[in-house]
Amino acid sequence: MSNVPSDLKYVTSHEWIRLEDDGTVTVGITDHAQELLGDVVYVELPEIDSEVAVDDEMAVVESVKAASDIYAPLSGTIIEVNEALEDAPETVNSSPYDDGWMFKMKPSELSEMDNLLDSEAYSTEIEE
Amino acid sequence: MGKQTPLFDSHNQCGAKIVDFGGWDMPLHYGSQIEEHHVVRQDAGMFDVSHMTVVDVTGQDAKAFLRKLLANDVDKLKASGKALYSGMLNEKGGVIDDLIVYYIDDTNYRVVVNASTRDKDLAWMAEQAKDFSVSIEENSNYAMIAVQGPNAREKANSTFSDAQKAAVDGLGIFVAADSEGYFIARTGYTGEDGYEILVPAEQAGDFWSRLIDAGVRPCGLGARDTLRLEAGMNLYGNDMDEDVSPLEANMGWTIDWNDEARDFIGKSALAAEKEAGVKNKLVGLVLEGKGVIRAHMKVVVEGVGEGETTSGTMSPTLKKSIGMARVPKAAGEQVMLEIRGKLIPAKVVKPCFVRKGEALV
Repeated sequence: MSNVPSDLKYVTSHEWIRLEDDGTVTVGITDHAQELLGDVVYVELPEIDSEVAVDDEMAVVESVKAASDIYAPLSGTIIEVNEALEDAPETVNSSPYDDGWMFKMKPSELSEMDNLLDSEAYSTEIEE
Repeated sequence: MGKQTPLFDSHNQCGAKIVDFGGWDMPLHYGSQIEEHHVVRQDAGMFDVSHMTVVDVTGQDAKAFLRKLLANDVDKLKASGKALYSGMLNEKGGVIDDLIVYYIDDTNYRVVVNASTRDKDLAWMAEQAKDFSVSIEENSNYAMIAVQGPNAREKANSTFSDAQKAAVDGLGIFVAADSEGYFIARTGYTGEDGYEILVPAEQAGDFWSRLIDAGVRPCGLGARDTLRLEAGMNLYGNDMDEDVSPLEANMGWTIDWNDEARDFIGKSALAAEKEAGVKNKLVGLVLEGKGVIRAHMKVVVEGVGEGETTSGTMSPTLKKSIGMARVPKAAGEQVMLEIRGKLIPAKVVKPCFVRKGEALV
């Protein structure tokens, strides 16, 4: 069974979103997603300071199998990317919710958080 | 649910992730594809390749038939067990399949063809056999296990009976030994030493377990693909198919022109192609910028034209992205690849990236 931490929010395209104390959010892909992808071999991260809207393709995760787009779960500005993934993309497999985070953003519309799934809804979503 | 090999239960016991592979339920990996790749480069891994098709070609005209059917010439096979890699071409000179043929004697040959091409191969062979006194029988009594890696033969040998050990003692590269029901060939698809072993289907699960006990690790078809690509070996359907000439698929060495009197299928088309000038070549690529080469990416050769990638991956051994591409013959050492709308530089190399654990690029 995949690990779905209860303190995170989710979208059906398998990104997780953590709201930080300072109002920014951290985004990565879920344990379920990394399992589906298989060994991750390359991560293409967004540009810092780029403006994104919900569902924009903004990053790419490539596994041994194929390339998958990562979508912006919220609108806002990219403020930081996890550069460590460039040299160690396998961190996405080994630590999808911690060291394998992908980018941090400053949301422009915090109300969009209401559209995200909680852990229960996401768990239901990924059940076969 | 797809077709299952005699080792299906063994895969599940080993924790395989099973995927559909051309109608077969096959293991993609048993946890980590990359770890499995490294095991084969550094120690010993094994693959269930029972989905491949074994065809026994027998009869008075077996040799004459295969000299007509295949672009390579089985006439050079003189010792029992000796193997030959060849393309089976259509009249246009396109590749119907690539295969290995084993010589038993002048009236007995064993051919191993791809799984995905089974039906069309058997139909083609039957059609071409009409004028020959030859029998073409699919042999489904076997499972097939490829044991590959620097320690593969030693570990596999430790599971063999005394008679089998004696049979493989001093076995040459590309030669098979038939002993106590096992057909043990020193062949492979990884660029490492090892065997491909045909084992009676009902003994396959037991043999698999003995190999595990001997320290051979199960590996899935995912690792098989990255290993073959590093070794620069073609994958049928990706790197060549019925519309591609072997001369444009790095298979020129498999066409035997020596006996001018021999008329193999596709010969006149290939001769005409050579006469007119071969237009393209299959090359290896090493990506110099960021990203991962995949099949069907556009290759831009400045001042020359365009080509297309046929295979690509992130090489676990080289930690760089590598691939193969069909490009205009005049392409030099540098090309650009279009990856998600951006042009990324790539170096053109001989399509052989890793052999026997050593990086060649």
